[in-house]
Amino acid sequence: MPNTISSASTPLAIHIDQLSYKYHKADKTSFYIPNWQVTQGEQVFLHGESGSGKTTLLNLLAGVLTPQSGDIALLEQAFSTLSSKKRDKFRAQNIGVVFQQFNLIPYLSVLKNIQLASYFAKTGNTQIEQYAKALLLALKLPTTILQKAANTLSVGQQQRVAIARALINKPKLLLVDEPTSALDAASRDAFMTLLIDLCKQHGITLVFVSHDMHLQQFFERSVNVTSLLKEEGSKC
Amino acid sequence: MLVSLAWSSLASRRKSVILTFLSLLISISVLLSVEHIRQQAKESFNRTISDVDMIVGAPSGQLNLLLYSVFRMGSPTSNINYKSYETLKGSSLVKWAIPISLGDSHRGFRVMGTNNSYFEHFKYGTKQPLTFSSGQPFNALFEAVIGADVAKKLNYKVGQSVVIAHGIGNTSFTHHDNTPFIIKGILSPTGTPVDKTIHVSLNAIEAIHLSPAKQAKLLNNVDSVNTTPESITAVMLGLKSKFSTFKLQRDINNYKADRLMAVLPGVAMTELWQMMATVENLLRIIGILVLVSSLFGLSTMLLASMAQRKNEIAVLRVLGAGPSVIFSLVLVEALILVILASAAATALLSLTLWLLGDWLGATYGLFLNANMLNVETLKVIAVITVAAIITSAIPAYEAYKNALHSSLGAKN
Repeated sequence: MPNTISSASTPLAIHIDQLSYKYHKADKTSFYIPNWQVTQGEQVFLHGESGSGKTTLLNLLAGVLTPQSGDIALLEQAFSTLSSKKRDKFRAQNIGVVFQQFNLIPYLSVLKNIQLASYFAKTGNTQIEQYAKALLLALKLPTTILQKAANTLSVGQQQRVAIARALINKPKLLLVDEPTSALDAASRDAFMTLLIDLCKQHGITLVFVSHDMHLQQFFERSVNVTSLLKEEGSKC
Repeated sequence: MLVSLAWSSLASRRKSVILTFLSLLISISVLLSVEHIRQQAKESFNRTISDVDMIVGAPSGQLNLLLYSVFRMGSPTSNINYKSYETLKGSSLVKWAIPISLGDSHRGFRVMGTNNSYFEHFKYGTKQPLTFSSGQPFNALFEAVIGADVAKKLNYKVGQSVVIAHGIGNTSFTHHDNTPFIIKGILSPTGTPVDKTIHVSLNAIEAIHLSPAKQAKLLNNVDSVNTTPESITAVMLGLKSKFSTFKLQRDINNYKADRLMAVLPGVAMTELWQMMATVENLLRIIGILVLVSSLFGLSTMLLASMAQRKNEIAVLRVLGAGPSVIFSLVLVEALILVILASAAATALLSLTLWLLGDWLGATYGLFLNANMLNVETLKVIAVITVAAIITSAIPAYEAYKNALHSSLGAKN
């Protein structure tokens, strides 16, 4: 599959150029991606073996890690070169993230968890509760769940709340890291359908990381991380 | 939002938080009470006497003289001649002289013989004169004026008659049953030992020590027996000019006709305070050490929680919280605990002082203000808060580092 499928007219959600990242400064080899592009509104399935660098790529895209050289531009704006403060703000406002597990602050209510996302994004949205209810309904969760403490929910419920939390600020980019690994097959498929539908509905670019090839069926585009990466040492 | 987040976070670790809170509460209470008692005791000591330039008594130590004449503590070692009082009163340097005679008590309260110049010239606090809440000064032999606490404790009213016992203590063996006194006046509260004193005339002190036969005679006809005292305990002097203080003191100390000693109340008070300063500093140091140890406890508690909060911090990071927000979050948690503990300690001490105030006053002569809300307390709390910020910077920095290195999907 070609790495560049975008035409000049469709805006890019992700544009990686000559990205190089070392885990430790002393490392001889580095994590290197010469070029990768994702257009806005696209849903990408990113797969690879454990340890292939999927999570590192996700961390770089979320701005938690910064590359030693090269650029990451998100939504047609410079991202990896921003100051860490601006990057935190950009992430809060434009990127939704869902982890494998531990997405919620356990002692806070579901509503508080969702409000927290909105607080850090500083969107000044006063209708969070309404919007959160709508999202929960779309995710097939009862709205009464809002007042419950996050650690009283089942894992499946927590993952769906995590999606709602990730979407509350109407992000343009959603980064998801193996969210279904703790779910059984039936709830996994239900979860995937909901997630893809929501992203399509809101025109959200989705980067979905998993090693579970079974999930590939839900996506139009599938990328193997190994094919993206070129060891810098082997490049020349 | 940060405060509410910190609050929820504390609430989720209730057990260790409550224990830390209690440890802080105890240590802050110790420190605040040491400071408060120190301030109040000093204030209460310093307000006991005002505008008195010199106290003259029998030679002993200047502290001893100060303690028994002003604080009604301890006993006079020996007396001075009544004639010496008259000489002093007649001196051209002296503006006024108050004779006092001590040694008797009534149901635990000291009885002091004096004359009406006491009510006229004795001052306390910031040159405040004694005032009567009811009644008036005594003018007949068997009349008494009582302090506010005496009236309150023993429930005495003006016009009531009381019996005065000889010696000091609650149960005295020789009650002067034959010589009842009429309460003539009750003084307004002063917050000084005056409140705990029963004032009678010098002649009355003399009269209650007469033989029963003479007393019977005296009760029939007041003028039939000479009740002019031969000796008194001490004299308080007010001078016409402060400049003559040292000359008069030297003259009194060298007085040939009687053995006298003159002390300056201000100097004696300072000496008294220097004596207390060691104890005071010791208490302060203990208080500070207790506080430091519980602040370390607070820091340990927060540090120990960091391991279990790694995920929480990762979540906050992903939501857009910068490392500085995480740092502040931990600080806010520490501050919430310290401020709550300070407020609780202040309330607890106020309540305790309010409940024990009477007992402290009666037993130790300490008149403590139960109101803890003063500038000194706030200063101490400010220092505690700053110390808390410094000690909790350790766990806060740990959280900051966690936040910098936390990455998404960190496997637990």
